[in-house]
Amino acid sequence: MNSIIFTHTFRFIILALLQVLVLNYINFLGFINPYLYILFILLYPLKNNRVVFILLSFLLGLTIDMFSDSGGVHAAASVTIAFIRPFILKFSFGAVYDHQTMKFANVEFGSKLTYIAILTFIHHFILFSLEIFNFSKIILILQNTLFSSIFTIILCVLTTIIFSRRN
Amino acid sequence: MQQIINFIIRNKSFLLYLLLFSIAIVFTIQSHSYHKSRFINSANFLSGGIYKSVNDVNEYVNLKTQNEILQEENSALRSLLFNQTDSINRTFIDSSFSGISYKFSPAIVLKNSYSLSNNVLLINKGKKDSIHQDFGVISSKGIVGIIDHTSKKYATVISILNTNSRISAKLKNSNHFGSLVWNTESPEFIQLTEIPKVAPIKKGDTIVTSGRSTIFPKNIPIGVIDSYNLDVAKNYYTVHIKLFNDMTSIEHVYVIENKDAEELNTLINNTDE
Repeated sequence: MNSIIFTHTFRFIILALLQVLVLNYINFLGFINPYLYILFILLYPLKNNRVVFILLSFLLGLTIDMFSDSGGVHAAASVTIAFIRPFILKFSFGAVYDHQTMKFANVEFGSKLTYIAILTFIHHFILFSLEIFNFSKIILILQNTLFSSIFTIILCVLTTIIFSRRN
Repeated sequence: MQQIINFIIRNKSFLLYLLLFSIAIVFTIQSHSYHKSRFINSANFLSGGIYKSVNDVNEYVNLKTQNEILQEENSALRSLLFNQTDSINRTFIDSSFSGISYKFSPAIVLKNSYSLSNNVLLINKGKKDSIHQDFGVISSKGIVGIIDHTSKKYATVISILNTNSRISAKLKNSNHFGSLVWNTESPEFIQLTEIPKVAPIKKGDTIVTSGRSTIFPKNIPIGVIDSYNLDVAKNYYTVHIKLFNDMTSIEHVYVIENKDAEELNTLINNTDE
């Protein structure tokens, strides 16, 4: 139990630091940044206390906000995907999730990709809508969402593959 | 009563989500209005400290280019110093601003951003160095932004690349003025709006600060005109300006304090009433 808490605290800090010190400065093609920190929310244990999970996601988003002076946009986006995660889990993994036996390490790749992609898109859409805060610029919002999501999804998948423990 | 409590317990995660989401929205809205007091900004000891220690390392990487920029500025200042006799002999003295004393203090940018729509910088001077809200920030090449929040050791700067910033600027050779806004499209270009149609403008003209506000002194360079077009009502020009400053690489900046700002502001406010 303690090792799980330790792993996730460590992951929280590492992902937050990586995000604010490295990934926020990538600016690929001038505006595309990956937001890898949502990996913490994506890979949080399935058997969890939902209240604690939502609070932690809020805290993670707020940490990123504090470093990037963006008000509360990351907090809003993170807390939303933390709240809707169970529904997306049920949608992408179906019966495996219902039986409470699944582990992220041994699910099939296709459904895992769907899961990551849906949550990333929702997160980025909320993030950019609030950041740009102007619905007349909906094209800009969608464009940012699309490109940054692709970048984030690729990084998330690569990270999970590289750091997965082989059994 | 029992039912209300049951309802709360049953929906506790949803209610918690709503609560946290609205808190985040409030923070977001606050960050969009200029000068509202904010709890979440990077001028605190944690993020300021982390950015400072990372910047200590980054500084070495940029040492050479930053040195060149400083040397360039030094030589410009030196040429001013040795050509002083010319300006003393001149009969024209800018009387409107001769009484104002500006104090410049150097600072180092710890965090810079330019890809968002509301960009904020962090510098390593704060209340301890008597830096306060509404001081101007410039680099050797041109304007950078305005001080927003200050903590003991750090301060955040609202960059000119921020949709909330409005800085008064004018054409260098004709004194027609307008306000600088940013359309978020490119960190190299900024827009000057509300230039009257009668103003003579040409590609390549220089834009400088107007000195109308108490924040920036007159004639600080901003950029050159890249293109211009009339607005929808055909009364005002919107001018696209190429900045002198490379906003993507800023390290050494100067914070400008206008010692007479308070006096000027009270005077202006009294006249308005």
